[in-house]
Amino acid sequence: MKKKMLIVLSFLLVIPALLIFTSCGKQTVKADVETVQDAQADMDAAAADSSASDVDSESLPADQSVQEPTGPSAEEMMAMEKAEAMQSLVNEDVLFDYDSAALTETAQEILKTKADYLGKQCASIPVTIEGHCDDRGTNEYNLALGERRARSAMNYLINLGVAPSRLNIISYGEEKPLDPGQNEDAWSKNRRAHFIIK
Amino acid sequence: MRCFRFFIVIIAAVLAMTEISFGAYDYIDINSPSIRKMPIAIPLFKSGTGTINNNDMIFSKQASNMLAEMLDFTCYFKILDRESFLENPLKPETTLQNINFHNWATVGAELLVTGKISIKGDLLEIELRLFDTIKASQLIGKKYKADAKSLNQVIRLFASEIVFYLTGNRGIFDTRIAFVSTGSGNKEIYICDFDGTNVKQFTNNKAITLFPAWSSDGKWIAYTSYLKGNPDIYIKNVNNNSISVIAKKGINITPVWVPGKFALAATLSYTGDQDIYLMTGTGKIIKKLTKSSGSDVSPALSTDGKKMAFVSSRSGTPQIYIKDLYTGYEKRLTFNGNYNTQPCWSPKGDKIVYSGLDGGSHNIFIIGFDGKNPVQLTQDTGNNESPSWSPDGTLIVFSSTREGPSRIYVMTSYGTDQRRVFSISGEQSNPKWSPRLVNK
Repeated sequence: MKKKMLIVLSFLLVIPALLIFTSCGKQTVKADVETVQDAQADMDAAAADSSASDVDSESLPADQSVQEPTGPSAEEMMAMEKAEAMQSLVNEDVLFDYDSAALTETAQEILKTKADYLGKQCASIPVTIEGHCDDRGTNEYNLALGERRARSAMNYLINLGVAPSRLNIISYGEEKPLDPGQNEDAWSKNRRAHFIIK
Repeated sequence: MRCFRFFIVIIAAVLAMTEISFGAYDYIDINSPSIRKMPIAIPLFKSGTGTINNNDMIFSKQASNMLAEMLDFTCYFKILDRESFLENPLKPETTLQNINFHNWATVGAELLVTGKISIKGDLLEIELRLFDTIKASQLIGKKYKADAKSLNQVIRLFASEIVFYLTGNRGIFDTRIAFVSTGSGNKEIYICDFDGTNVKQFTNNKAITLFPAWSSDGKWIAYTSYLKGNPDIYIKNVNNNSISVIAKKGINITPVWVPGKFALAATLSYTGDQDIYLMTGTGKIIKKLTKSSGSDVSPALSTDGKKMAFVSSRSGTPQIYIKDLYTGYEKRLTFNGNYNTQPCWSPKGDKIVYSGLDGGSHNIFIIGFDGKNPVQLTQDTGNNESPSWSPDGTLIVFSSTREGPSRIYVMTSYGTDQRRVFSISGEQSNPKWSPRLVNK
């Protein structure tokens, strides 16, 4: 009876102890990381630091690390890719020829990239496509042309599989130029479909 | 017999004081292509009190200058320079019996206006007369009593009498112009009087606001605004500021009123295609007016409501078309140039004024409703856009960048006398002439 009691008691003690010590172990590993960094000046102290725990710890020379402190986790990688995709979605405009809403080859390439993002990294984000014109026409007709440009880009994306419910369009005609210059360089920048997250 | 003679005297007196309507319209034929201006003299008005009181002098100068400017605006008259007058300005003669018509004819005046102003406190009494210096006869005589504050209104009434007597038409003194200006930092709609005075801000949306359009009774202005983030049509009462909205998905642009009705034609794109629709003032669709794929914008309705001019890209470039609203028949109007937009009907319905891109800049053109006799009215003067006809058909208001920033200009319907109407901060564009506002 006493022997059995002893065995049970020891189990009762050991198991929780093990549990505690393994969790401490995790903390100690983290502490080790910090200790490695902190103890650059005093490696001996770290080596002598044998705490009364069951976890192995070893002191390391200064130029080795247990872990890469700058390495991103898989989650962080995904977040960065999403941020890049969103940036690219917003920063790159689709450009048009004068008085046209037709998609050039370059325009189609840009839209394919955007469709890709919209399918993967930016999977559930709503997008509004703004249609703009240069100011050489008249305001009324340009408001209509701007919408045709936005709609042209939107329809292309839908044909590539982007869900229509995610896409909105709006025209600003010639009312919001990107570049106020009066030259072809400025005008060509203004003839655009611009994407925003909305 | 004595009674009979007395009766004649009364009639003569009455005739001397009022307009003689027969034979009046042969002075100025507003339909004639001749653009000779009638030389008119408007000396400083006389003070009614007889004394040369400073206050009276200020008013007299103000009133006579005001009349001169208003008549000058019509482009019918050549206002003669007061420096050349032979009359002693300190001893003006105002009545038929005392005027030396020879003096006036000598300086080239064919018409003469005299005035007499008395001020008693806040009240004005003005006598104004129009004479034919050659026939040495009085054409109009009027006496007005009003608040000193209403001087402008009195002068406008008399100017209107003069123009009516000479042309048979009341002129533009009761009209206003709506336009877009960026002075506040955003495009907003403003209204001014026919001559650019009395500018007032009409919208305060703090968002892009465009395309003002007057209802035919002058009580409402429809426009497009991004107030709620999308180009929607708003209808705002000019007097009491009440507003309603037409906000269909897509663009709601270029509204124009159906003459005599609380209904509009405008371009909507909620079906995915940009077409012109007829709708009630509350946005209920009555009828779809155009069908082509591509853009159909800028409807303009003739004053009798039977025809619609509009812009369509159906042939590949923006061109103007005319649709008969009864038969539905559509016909292309413009064939010169690759970019013809912004059509506006003449009040008589015989011509359309529009802007066309010609050699890199926009210019104003007029063409017959049947496509005949196209005439170019502006040239080598920057971009000239958005023409709008005055309700009497004599003047066209438009925007021009000839001085750099976009400003509002006016010219006769023959293209003469092009001049800036006013200048305020920011840039002005998209002017629209109101109908005659009889009960403002």
